[in-house]
Amino acid sequence: MHANSHLRRLEAEAIFIFREVFATCDRPVLLYSIGKDSAVLLHLALKAFAPGRLPFPVLHVDTGWKFREMIAFRDETARRLGLDLIVHTNPDGLAAGIGPLSHGSAVHTDVMKTQALKQALDRHGFDAAFGGARRDEEKSRAKERIFSLRTPDHRWDPRSQRPEPWLLFNTRKAQGESFRVFPLSNWTEADVWDYIALENIPVVPLYFAKPRPVVQRNGALIMRDDERLTLLPGEVLETRIIRFRTLGCYPLTGAVESRADTLEAVLAEMRESRVSERQGRVIDHDATSSMEKKKQEGYF
Amino acid sequence: MLPAMLAARHPEPDMPDVAAALRPAERSLLRFITCGSVDDGKSTLLGRLLWETGAVYEDQAEALARDSERFGTDGKNRDFALLVDGLSAEREQGITIDVAYRYFATPRRAFIAADTPGHEQYTRNMATGASTADVAILLVDARKGVLPQTRRHSSIVSLVGVRDVILAMNKMDLVGFDEAVFRRIEAEYRALVARLGFRSIHVLPLVARDGDTLTRHSGRMPWYAGPTLLDLLETLEPALPVDGRFFLPVQWVNRPNADFRGFSGTVASGQIRVGDPVTILPQGRASRIAEILTPEGARNAAKAGEAVTVTLADETDVARGDVITVGHRPPHGTGTLTVRLLVLGERVLAPGDRLLLKLGSATVPVRFEALTHELSVEDLTPRPARQLAMNGIGKAVLRPEAPLFALPYNECQPLGSFLLIDPMTHATLAMGVIETASGPSREASPRHSAPVHALLLRFWPSHRPEQIRSAITILLFALTGFLLTGTLADALILAALDGIGRPLLITLQERFWPPGEKPAPSMGPEPGLDGGGI
Repeated sequence: MHANSHLRRLEAEAIFIFREVFATCDRPVLLYSIGKDSAVLLHLALKAFAPGRLPFPVLHVDTGWKFREMIAFRDETARRLGLDLIVHTNPDGLAAGIGPLSHGSAVHTDVMKTQALKQALDRHGFDAAFGGARRDEEKSRAKERIFSLRTPDHRWDPRSQRPEPWLLFNTRKAQGESFRVFPLSNWTEADVWDYIALENIPVVPLYFAKPRPVVQRNGALIMRDDERLTLLPGEVLETRIIRFRTLGCYPLTGAVESRADTLEAVLAEMRESRVSERQGRVIDHDATSSMEKKKQEGYF
Repeated sequence: MLPAMLAARHPEPDMPDVAAALRPAERSLLRFITCGSVDDGKSTLLGRLLWETGAVYEDQAEALARDSERFGTDGKNRDFALLVDGLSAEREQGITIDVAYRYFATPRRAFIAADTPGHEQYTRNMATGASTADVAILLVDARKGVLPQTRRHSSIVSLVGVRDVILAMNKMDLVGFDEAVFRRIEAEYRALVARLGFRSIHVLPLVARDGDTLTRHSGRMPWYAGPTLLDLLETLEPALPVDGRFFLPVQWVNRPNADFRGFSGTVASGQIRVGDPVTILPQGRASRIAEILTPEGARNAAKAGEAVTVTLADETDVARGDVITVGHRPPHGTGTLTVRLLVLGERVLAPGDRLLLKLGSATVPVRFEALTHELSVEDLTPRPARQLAMNGIGKAVLRPEAPLFALPYNECQPLGSFLLIDPMTHATLAMGVIETASGPSREASPRHSAPVHALLLRFWPSHRPEQIRSAITILLFALTGFLLTGTLADALILAALDGIGRPLLITLQERFWPPGEKPAPSMGPEPGLDGGGI
């Protein structure tokens, strides 16, 4: 591929960002959510520091409700690449039995994702966390900086974000402050899939179509990944050929009916798609500007 | 609503095919910025462009229809501006207050659009958005024509080095699609920006709301046969700095084990090959390139824009902030920097301030030595000033308090642009570009005044590698010597003396007249505004 091509320029930009953070921050960590964006993020991080191994740990905030195939893929990836993997689950939430089915998506996301992430960052003293968020995902993210400065209590204030002219980042911060850093800011969903194909990056098999047990709930197809998902009156469990465009907690992640069972078929289908990827995410539908509100509270 | 991808598709008649926009190919990338005031229809133009190129999905289109009823300014019609106005605070105020980035693609090219605010107090956001742009789209309302802010926006994009501008004359329907209006505003604009040094200026008549001249000619302006906006965006060439001399700012020293010591960074300009002689700046130590690792593995060469790791043939001390360049270069001292600044933060900057300067991968303390003058944001005319406040633009002299290698912005963007940072609060205070880096010798050869050499320089442009120049100088000396003395042996001795003696003399000269101690060059008249930086 031509070195000036769109994907190679995005790749170079992401590698530059990884190196800039590692060279100037004390204790970076890569937030690994197991999905396709995380797969690309991890792949780019390995390239940035080659021929050495990844010089910082990888953190997975496990809500306890991820698809089983995601967890298996995570452990296999960590083993294959020799990663220093940290898995954190909010012990308070676990003790209180917080879950999306019993407490709803808002409480579950706040306790098991937002609070859990802050706990893990504080416990290990991480001062820079790489995330796979892209600006094209959601309108409020279009204005997110590549380096997002967070207060010691992890809050995001739109007014205190630093200008980022050229590719110059001011990586200085006060004690207790930290950065969230988004090397994939300028990537689109199509770029992520094209790069996965170009670089042969392994992804979770849930992205590929297969007969799976699902139930229709609130207009979404929810996969019954384990027996914790009990059927409500009138619901029927059926087997449909489905796949996922984004991955999260299984009761909050809508599947799509699809026959795309290979990478090529997924690429072709995505090019035909007329629906944005975030539609499958239940948490975005709460209210207009909901992501923006969550971000100010410290959700990634 | 079932998010089923294979469900029946219900594309609206005027909704374009998403498939065309997402075809993966070895596309190039173009970054552009849109500038204009709230009422010029800037967000509408960008929203409409996303719509026309198929970057809007069905669910987003449904949200747009809902939002248009609630917030829209176009009655029951779709308000395309709502596709790009993000934060809720902005919606309530009805203005765009920050830089938003948007993404779309055609089979030929991927685009990153920076949508920036037009209000005067947001000059800094516009400059930030423009700093990475290849092209600027400036909007004007055909009813109002060129306004003071049009001039201001043109000045700002010229300040950060944007070379190609497109004047998008919007709302042509409200002037009856009148060609005379179009020609009058076009002439006025071209005259207005003649001094700003743009490489190209294109002027288009548009109705952003309806899509006229965005991706196709509408037939409502048969007198306009030029390119559409998308035609221009697909064909204007982004500037990639592969031509200049090789510079690699070292971002990070990669030492995974005792056997490997690599220097990682993104090539700022030029090209390098394994085996090439290099100099580490600012110290001036020499070595050779041993290996080049790229994201695609070991390679024999690397060029501008690539994120590489190189190893050197010698055990050389290299740290973050150093710059690797090709060929032999003398050490680089501190000297002074003549710069243009745009104040981004709330702190007022004035001579005497001690700040941190981040340039490339180097961060060094600097002293704000002098404020030469402030530049009016209206037309960049200089006026005396004692300090610079937020959104103020000025020409200044900075004195780095540690060795720093810098280049003029119009020679090398990554080594010619910088941030000023508050050492106490860590806030980003200003962005700036280097006009001249004075004092330290930057090029050995032009410093000597031997007539033959001076003559040679006239015919041998200075951007050629100086090894070739030196070799030719030596040959010319040999030839001159041969003609004068008549013996080949004498001529060769003369040439050898020049080849060895000249570098020695330069070294001695620099030892006794350290370049950094020379007086700063006179400020002189303002150099031409060439679009070469702030």
